[in-house]
Order: sequence, then C-alpha cells, then structure tokens
Amino acid sequence: MSKEGSRFDALLAERGEIARFAITLTIVAGVVGYVQHNGGVTWAPLSLSLRVAGVSTLLTLVVGVALAVLLQWRKMPARDLFDALTSVPLVLPPTVLGYYLIVSLGPESTVGRAWEAVFGSPLIFTFKAAVIAASIGSLPLVVRSVRVGLESVEPNLISAARTLGAGPLRVFVTVVLPLAAPGLVAGAMLGFARSLGDYGATMMFAGARIDGTPTGSIAVMDFLYGNHEAEAREMGLVMTVVGVGMLYLANRLTRRTLPNRG
Amino acid sequence: MAELVARIALARSTEFALDVELQCPHGITCIMGPSGSGKSTILAVLAGLQTPDRGRVALGTHVWLDRAQGIDVPVHRRRLSYVFQGLALFPHMNAMHNVEYGMHDMPRADRAGKALALLERVGVAHLAKRRPRTFSGGEAQRVALARALARSPELVLLDEPFSALDRELRAQLVSLVRELSKELTVPIVHVTHSIAEARQLADQIVRLDKGRVVARGKPDEVLAGVTSLEE
Repeated sequence: MSKEGSRFDALLAERGEIARFAITLTIVAGVVGYVQHNGGVTWAPLSLSLRVAGVSTLLTLVVGVALAVLLQWRKMPARDLFDALTSVPLVLPPTVLGYYLIVSLGPESTVGRAWEAVFGSPLIFTFKAAVIAASIGSLPLVVRSVRVGLESVEPNLISAARTLGAGPLRVFVTVVLPLAAPGLVAGAMLGFARSLGDYGATMMFAGARIDGTPTGSIAVMDFLYGNHEAEAREMGLVMTVVGVGMLYLANRLTRRTLPNRG
Repeated sequence: MAELVARIALARSTEFALDVELQCPHGITCIMGPSGSGKSTILAVLAGLQTPDRGRVALGTHVWLDRAQGIDVPVHRRRLSYVFQGLALFPHMNAMHNVEYGMHDMPRADRAGKALALLERVGVAHLAKRRPRTFSGGEAQRVALARALARSPELVLLDEPFSALDRELRAQLVSLVRELSKELTVPIVHVTHSIAEARQLADQIVRLDKGRVVARGKPDEVLAGVTSLEE
C-alpha cells in the first residue's frame, strides 16, 4: 500500500504543516525586525506580555485539560451548568472579570488574606496577578480546543487499550493525550494569543504597571494618550501579527483533529 | 483449560432485548446472526466494555461479572484479547509498539523480542517499524492478531475482523486463526456474517436471531441447508 517504510514518512506527511509554521514564524520575525529597524518599540512591555502569556498558557493548559476531561464525563452532575460556567469569561465584559478577581482573590477576600499570610505580600498588583487575569480570559478557548481534540479520539482505540490491560491513567497518557495533541497545541496557541492581548482584567487585578512596566496592550494605550502614536502603531502591529499568526496555526491544527474520528 | 460460561440479559434500544446463554470451551465458537441481532454486544459484555442488566460471565473459576453478586471486574483486569471490527490499531505507534502495548506486565527487556517473534509468527515482521496508516488491509489484520496474542490471553474475542478483506486474503487469515487456535488452547469467540468463514473456522456455532440463541452445535448441524443469515 505504501513504499518501503521510511522513518521519515510521518515527517514528510507533515511537511505542509511544517512549511506553514515556518512561513508564519518568518512573517512574525520579519514584522518584528522591520519595526525594530524603523526606530523600534520599547521591548520591556512586549517582553512582559510574552512572559505573562507564556506562564498563563502553561497554567491554562493544565487546568484546561483537567476541565475538558471532566466535561467529557457524561455522568457528571450539572454538566451543562458547569460547561456554561467554564465558558462564561468569553461573554463577560473584562471589567466584570476583573471585579470578580478582586472580590474572590483580592486583599479583602479569604483567599487573598490566606495568600498574604503564607507568602508575606498580597497577590494583587503582581506578575502572578497578571498571569491569573490573563488565564481566566483564555481558559474557555483552551478548554474548547482541548475538548475538540479529546472528542476526535476514536472510542474504539480507548476500548482497545483497555482490553490490552491499560488502566484509565495509562490509557489517557499513552493513547488519548498523544492523539488529542493537535487540539492541545491549538488550545495553547489560542490561549497564548488571548493572554498576550488581555487588557481589562489585567488592568483591574494586576494594575497599570508591574514593577514599573506596563504589559504590551496597556503600553499601546499609554503611547496613544502620551502622543507617541508611532510607538502605539508599532506595538499594535507586532501584537497583531503575533496574534494572527497564532490564530492561523491554531485553526489549521483544529481542522486537522476532526478527520481522526473514524 | 478454562471454559467460558456466560449468561447475558440486556434491554437495548432496538426492538428486542438480548437474552443469551453461552458455553464456549477451548476452540473457536462462531457467533452468527443477522445485522443487529446482538453479536457485537455479546463481545462487548464479555470484555467488560458494556454492562448487562442481568448476567454472569465466568472463565473457569474466575468470575468476571455477576450482577446478582455485584461483581464486575474492570476491562483491564480481564485477561483477554479483543480484535475489533475496525482493528483499532494505535495510529501513533509503529507495529512493534502496538504489539508491545499489551505486554505491560512483562519485564521491559523481554518485550521487544517477544513482539518481534509474534510479528514473525503472523508473517509481518518487516512492518515492525512502520505505522498502521502505511499497512494494507491484510497487513493490518495480521498486526492486530499479533497484538491480540501479546497478552497471553485466557479468552480471545474476534469481532468480524476479516469483513473488509477480499476472498483470497480472508482464506489466508482464516487458516492463520485456525493454526493459532490450536496453539493457544483458550476459548476464541468469533463473530462473523460469513457462512463460509464459519464452516472453515468453527468448532461450535451459536446462531442468534432477535437477541436469542436459535441454534447451537457443530457447523454441519447448525448450518445444514442455511444459505443466508438475513431472513
């Protein structure tokens, strides 16, 4: 049915995706290089945003996989309500999310007081607060993508693994996760892009500055109101290109997970 | 040699309920019947993938399921092998890793050697490093059989594994399964639509219709004068 087995078969089959990924990265790098060549942006806000988005992506991926698995469980009580609650950050105004974060994790809250007692300083207006604010906004996107990935795994493969002696954890780690990987990666990319651009919740819960530096999206606002329009445009351009690149790749990966269902 | 004894009662979404009793000694028992008669459901219950309303499944002295006693051994603790209709080879693993998957309780150092020996036994050792999407239909069937043998099963379940193959390949695999059944000395429950396949393979035939056993016995007795299962 095919040529004599080459260990590069899988890699060759993915060459289209690899090429698209490389082109996307080249475009992003090109725009960043162009902006830098023409006077450049102040990198500190962008660097802060990238760090916040990076940590937030790791956090949302772990929480998102756990929530997606829970939502896959058909016998889960109040599953539809829980599903709606997981998605609610998509439809709430960012300021409302920020308000809820202050109420639930701020210095007057039980969690906030416990945090301060354990770590010696409040959670609010810190890098960690920015990560949490960005994570809350991106979590629904991650959960949705991971669910698409999990649902694309053919149920017979799970049954086969079980009949071969694998317990639930081994089935999940060795069969479900690898086959759902495109959905997980797509979720991570969407989550990263969403975290990178978070404004409202971050502003309310982490403040306009973290150790004296604004995040990229807050910096755009600062530049604009400080009559630095060129800097605002350049920062906006870089963030737009990174965001579009991530969304493009996430869409490709999400579409690829669907045909797995056999 | 442990005999499989099962009694299964299950209300289904179809117009009739499943209510069968099986006794499968060492050798090949072919379960036959029209589409929707409950053949695959029986295999799913034997494997533990589906729980009946009432029933008992025992292999020799090991009770895997007894609804009355509240016993339901999880799928992964039932020492069986199941070849699914679509084969369900793991697409992200090569043939060798597919076969090794069922050897989790063997010492790691022994797994590769045994997996390769099994692939050789079914005539596809050359596929060891290749992934399922590069296999032909017959090659995939052979790898699935090798994987099924890897667990040293006490019961083998085959759910129409040859239905998508042409006559020549089917004949080759039927004779391979026949040979394997002599080596394994465990009950093999084989679901099939094909009267010819059942005649060649079966030591015992159980014929189902509308969820009930309508005939059981040796192939010559059960299939005398039968030309079609869809009546």
